[in-house]
Amino acid sequence: MAKMNLLQAINSALDLAMAKHDNVYSFGEDTGGFGGVFRATSGLTEKYGKHRNFNTPLVEQGIIGFANGLASQGSYAVAEIQFGDYIFPAFDQIVNESAKFRYRSGNEFDVGGLTIRTPYGGGIAGGHYHSQSPEAYFAHTPGMKIVTPRNPYEAKGLLLSAIFDKNPVLFMEPKRLYRASTGEVPEEEYTIPLGKADVVKEGTDITVLGWGAQMEVTEKAVEKAEQDGVSCEVIDLRTILPWDVETVTQSVLKTGRLVISQEAPITGGFASEIAATVQDKCFLYLESPIARVSGIDVPYPLCHEKEYMADHLKIYEAIKRSMNY
Amino acid sequence: MAKDKKHNTEIVTKPQWFDGESVTIPMLQILKEDGSFHKNADMPEYDKDLIVKIHDTMQFIRTLDERMIAAQRQGRISFYLASRGEEAESVASAAALDDGDMIMGQYREQGALAYRGFTVEQFMNQLFSNEKDLGKGRQMPVHYGCADLNFMTISSPLGTQIPQATGYAFGQKMDKTGKCTICYFGEGAASEGDFHAALNMASVYKVPVIFFCRNNGYAISTPSQGEQYGGDGIAPRGIGYGMKTIRIDGNDVFAVLKATQEARRLAVEENEPVLIEAMSYRMSGHSTSDDPTGYRTREEEDDWKVKDPLDRLQKWMMNEGWLDKDHVEEHHAEVKAKVLAALKEAEKVPAPHIDELINDVYDEPTPLLKEQLEELKEHIRKYPDAYPKTSGRID
Ligand SMILES: Cc1ncc(C[n+]2csc(CCOP(=O)(O)OP(=O)(O)O)c2C)c(N)n1
Ligand SMILES: [Mg+2]
Repeated sequence: MAKMNLLQAINSALDLAMAKHDNVYSFGEDTGGFGGVFRATSGLTEKYGKHRNFNTPLVEQGIIGFANGLASQGSYAVAEIQFGDYIFPAFDQIVNESAKFRYRSGNEFDVGGLTIRTPYGGGIAGGHYHSQSPEAYFAHTPGMKIVTPRNPYEAKGLLLSAIFDKNPVLFMEPKRLYRASTGEVPEEEYTIPLGKADVVKEGTDITVLGWGAQMEVTEKAVEKAEQDGVSCEVIDLRTILPWDVETVTQSVLKTGRLVISQEAPITGGFASEIAATVQDKCFLYLESPIARVSGIDVPYPLCHEKEYMADHLKIYEAIKRSMNY
Repeated sequence: MAKDKKHNTEIVTKPQWFDGESVTIPMLQILKEDGSFHKNADMPEYDKDLIVKIHDTMQFIRTLDERMIAAQRQGRISFYLASRGEEAESVASAAALDDGDMIMGQYREQGALAYRGFTVEQFMNQLFSNEKDLGKGRQMPVHYGCADLNFMTISSPLGTQIPQATGYAFGQKMDKTGKCTICYFGEGAASEGDFHAALNMASVYKVPVIFFCRNNGYAISTPSQGEQYGGDGIAPRGIGYGMKTIRIDGNDVFAVLKATQEARRLAVEENEPVLIEAMSYRMSGHSTSDDPTGYRTREEEDDWKVKDPLDRLQKWMMNEGWLDKDHVEEHHAEVKAKVLAALKEAEKVPAPHIDELINDVYDEPTPLLKEQLEELKEHIRKYPDAYPKTSGRID
């Protein structure tokens, strides 16, 4: 075990993956010798050479197109998109290519070796273009997996699973927690299964669900609610696509209440998808309407960021409303 | 030699390969590093007033940059991005344009905006995201925009403004405005697909657009040569798209002025899109979030220091008797005082009212947005201490 922050845990996962197989490649804008603008890939060029960890020209559709080709050839392509907000030039390569490579070819070809790493999320005074949480756009795309960790331990185990998973994975890293979140992490290789939610804390009155950086906020809200005597079951979804319907519905069948929080705007967000499925599967067991705590339907703002964010006070209020319904 | 009539292509019977060496593009320089002119150089149109205005604007921007980097270090603003070393590119190119021409920038062209007349107060209001900011405090510092000055609001996603410039210029041409659009971008952004789309479409539609590439050697940490591109920079791409193309010394006010004046004439009078590749060096870090010591050497920076565009211009102006040391010092002190006063003022101006959160998503806020805002206000009333920026004047 070693104390690591989330960036160090990601770096450790990349390091172990590259050590394990010679055909694991890591690349993106500024990710070469410099180690990326957040330093997630630092040291990898020194260790594995500039042909295995390298800079790309500044072209996201090129990065993912290149990564698709490399993965289809049988290598492991771990591509970094510098900010989640800049993934959209690659939207076509991800949605029409990565996600459909296997299906359209009748499994003649696949890009299972593809992993796209990208920092996402707000709370860093980044305004419109350094704050967005774009998971919902990709969750509408059968064939992709979408994963987001909440802390360093989860980041390393989930990233190692993502890299060697037989499907293309979008790995969204909560950048607000890159240095803020620290914890004990095994130095050796370990994996955390994809598609499996984590019951972080058991409880009986209400289920509170989130993913990524929202887990930190959620835990703060839950602490406050528990002081009021509410017993909360806290779930980290971990994998957004394909999501763990079983774990979530089992919990709601038990508690009868559900609050979901996400950073992204409410309309068309993934919380809505979960709410729809849960009401379908747990309708007669629900004690109150399923609540979504999220951003509002505006572009991610700068000067009103604090007001905009789905913070712990808003989640706490939603828990209270649900309990008092 | 035989010709294929349809394509007007010469026919050869032995393989003939072309490569990057087939075309070599020289660099226009008029003012040498020592501050004297090359003999027999073609000169731009200029007079003393123009050169003094260019100089003063360059000096203003350099001082503003210095003060705002310091303000960021003191935690007074969240972020800043300087244009040190590249002031000649943005200022002298803007000086070659008509005020009615549209400017679409990347983010390092504060010089062009200042030349157009954006005031120090306007700069500050944007940098402090206060309620007087024309952008209503919604974007990070340096994402300026001003319709009155024909300066399109900056957007962070790289390259997006380049095809937009082609479209804007198409409209200018159709409306017979006699105006053109200048579009600035870095050599890094020129790797984006949008760059290629933009040049190709401009070439097909023959629109009055000037693509102005600031090749400053780096895209954050990525060096241009060999890592951003394998060929001879950006200029050959213009030729590939069948476009008038020139490479210039971006640290030479006179070369920038000359090339942009000619480019504007080609664009406006002949509807010829133009590509200018200006060679320069990003003297500061990429932004306040960046420390360049991690990827480049001190020696390299020093090599470029002697080519500094402002020093070079000042040397020439002093020889010419158009500038004296006293003016330089007085002007610097004056600008510094103005910047500091504006900074203190802007800092005191409150953040935009919370109602602004839902304006401009559409031309009118939707019923759902109004409902979301009301809910949010209810919440803020409940926890006023948690939202100090807006809770004081919510009703
Ligand atoms: C689409 C997109 N990808 C990545 C980024 C992150 N980014 C911001 S500036 C920059 C480097 C730009 O370099 P260049 O175009 O050469 O301009 P310079 O900063 O040198 O003026 C990068 C990669 C971005 N803003 N947009
Ligand atoms: Mg550059």
